[in-house]
Amino acid sequence: MKPLETLTTAIANSFRSKLRTTLTILAIFVGAFTLTITNGLGTGISNYIDSQVAAVGPGNAFTVTKTDTSSSPGSGPQKYDPNTRVLAAGGRPGSTQVALNQSDLDTIAAVSGITGVTPVSRLNPAYIQWNNRDKYQLSVSPLAGAQPQLAAGEALDDAGTQPQIILPTSYITPLGFTGNDQAIGQDVIIGIQDATGTMHTVTARINGVEDNALLGSGGAFANKTLTAALTDAQSTGAPATTKNTWTAATATFASASKTQISDMKSQLSAAGYTAQTLEDRIGTVKTVINGIIGVLDAFAVIALVAAGFGIVNTLLMSVQERTREIGLMKAMGMGSGSVFALFSTEAAFIGLLGSLIGSGAAIGLGTAISGALARGPLSDLAGLQILSFAPAPVAGVILLVMAIAFIAGTLPAWRAARQNPIDSLRYE
Amino acid sequence: MQVPILSTRDLKKTYGRGPDRFDALKGVSLDIERGDSVAIVGKSGSGKSTLMHLLALLDAPGGGEVHVDGTNAKTLSGRRLNMLRNQMFGFVFQQFFLNHTTSVLENVVLPLKIAGTGARERRARGMEVLEQLELADKARNKAGNLSGGQKQRVVIARALANNPQVLFADEPTGNLDTATGTIVEDILFDLNQNHGITLITVTHDHDLAARFNRRLYIRDGQLISSDEEHAA
Repeated sequence: MKPLETLTTAIANSFRSKLRTTLTILAIFVGAFTLTITNGLGTGISNYIDSQVAAVGPGNAFTVTKTDTSSSPGSGPQKYDPNTRVLAAGGRPGSTQVALNQSDLDTIAAVSGITGVTPVSRLNPAYIQWNNRDKYQLSVSPLAGAQPQLAAGEALDDAGTQPQIILPTSYITPLGFTGNDQAIGQDVIIGIQDATGTMHTVTARINGVEDNALLGSGGAFANKTLTAALTDAQSTGAPATTKNTWTAATATFASASKTQISDMKSQLSAAGYTAQTLEDRIGTVKTVINGIIGVLDAFAVIALVAAGFGIVNTLLMSVQERTREIGLMKAMGMGSGSVFALFSTEAAFIGLLGSLIGSGAAIGLGTAISGALARGPLSDLAGLQILSFAPAPVAGVILLVMAIAFIAGTLPAWRAARQNPIDSLRYE
Repeated sequence: MQVPILSTRDLKKTYGRGPDRFDALKGVSLDIERGDSVAIVGKSGSGKSTLMHLLALLDAPGGGEVHVDGTNAKTLSGRRLNMLRNQMFGFVFQQFFLNHTTSVLENVVLPLKIAGTGARERRARGMEVLEQLELADKARNKAGNLSGGQKQRVVIARALANNPQVLFADEPTGNLDTATGTIVEDILFDLNQNHGITLITVTHDHDLAARFNRRLYIRDGQLISSDEEHAA
């Protein structure tokens, strides 16, 4: 029998007992449906986290700090070194952070693979004001290269000379705008105090409005020009040494593989710096989510295994029912291999039908539910599509189900194949 | 002399073991010439069906040999055996073994499908055989909707689809009324006389057996002369 004949005959055979085939397909449907839904959940949440992480900072950058060697307890006070400066840092009260200076930046930039180094400036603007209305406190995200999810407007232009800012949506109404669209292109005044206590003002153009973000700091994003202007204003009157020391630097690299990244990390570490990618800092969230999805997937697979026994049962009944037919075909010279192929193809076909219908229903229903949730209960988390379906995982689910169906079909198919034609023909 | 198309030497077959042991064949030797028509006659339980199954290579003998065209069947590979069953032999079983849910044509071309013949050629050959058996107008009907005689003719058409050299028939008229049975008999003898097909039939019907060239009487797993049979 030719392979195509086997396929068409197997398909025709699977429709011979419609009720039985339908029930088996339903069992597979449940498994495929669940698996597709959990997969969609994983994809949806991962996508959301990826976009949220991108809003905090770029993926292809390290945050580099000087490795503090003084923290081990019992080591006693560090010897004073006139070339080292420490800055007050976050963390437990009194903790300090060894500062970076220009020569550090040069060392970091010299590491192979690093394409650029920008010092992280801690900007502490005092207020933001529009059109002489009320002033509000403002914080500015220190990480360069972030890609916030925009509700309106455009991304920051780091190449131009115009000072630009992206504000969180929560600022729009208090500042006196009627909506996001009105705010775009407006100039706001940012007040910032210098080292001597004098207030300076810097004018910035609102280039975009950021969606509510899960991981965001609630701060504004400034482009390079605005950052430079604010830094200048803030450091007016400060001693030159303060002006040129930073707690951390952002070192960017061209997109690199995991091994290349860890290679750069170890180089930096050898030079006395601690480098962390964004993934290092936020990646644990993803690990937890992936764990939960994994457990849900496991449940779906259990459902599929149960469906697999359904397939075994259906096909065993088919083999029983068609004993004489199998005997006849073998008497007419059909080989055992062909009989096996016929029945296992039928199993795989039932698996394909079940998984296609299951995945299709899951995608349809999932997209509808996800859309409804995004408009309703989850509307605060803008940009979250809780279920999203990528072609590759869905194709993976269909293939997995077909594989399970095929394996389930091998037992009945083997029983059919080894039948003796005469015994089969005598069977009543 | 021509090599017999089928011959057996001291053929034995035993079913079961211990106290349930049953010797269905106790050493049967025979030769069947090409183009002959042979009736294997015996009562039920005499071993006649077993003999036919062994001749048709559907079952492995417990002892002895079957030669097909001078070749010992035991030496044939599984692939070759399947080829032989498919190309050389045609079967008409007592029960029809038709797939009731598919068309008459589909049923008839089953051996061709197994042989891997293309769809177009299959159809042409299937229609040819159906015409030969005057069933061309039923080709599209569901096999389940036919009368008993028509079904038996479909079965014969199926057996002829691959142009076999030997046609085996197990009680071909057993399920049919006398009139229909006679028609089926005429078809079988026509195939033997006008198409050169060797006809081997198992029956317990002496009237049918009388129409054959040769009769092999079998009792308790052994060939006997006709006189003993009549005496018994």
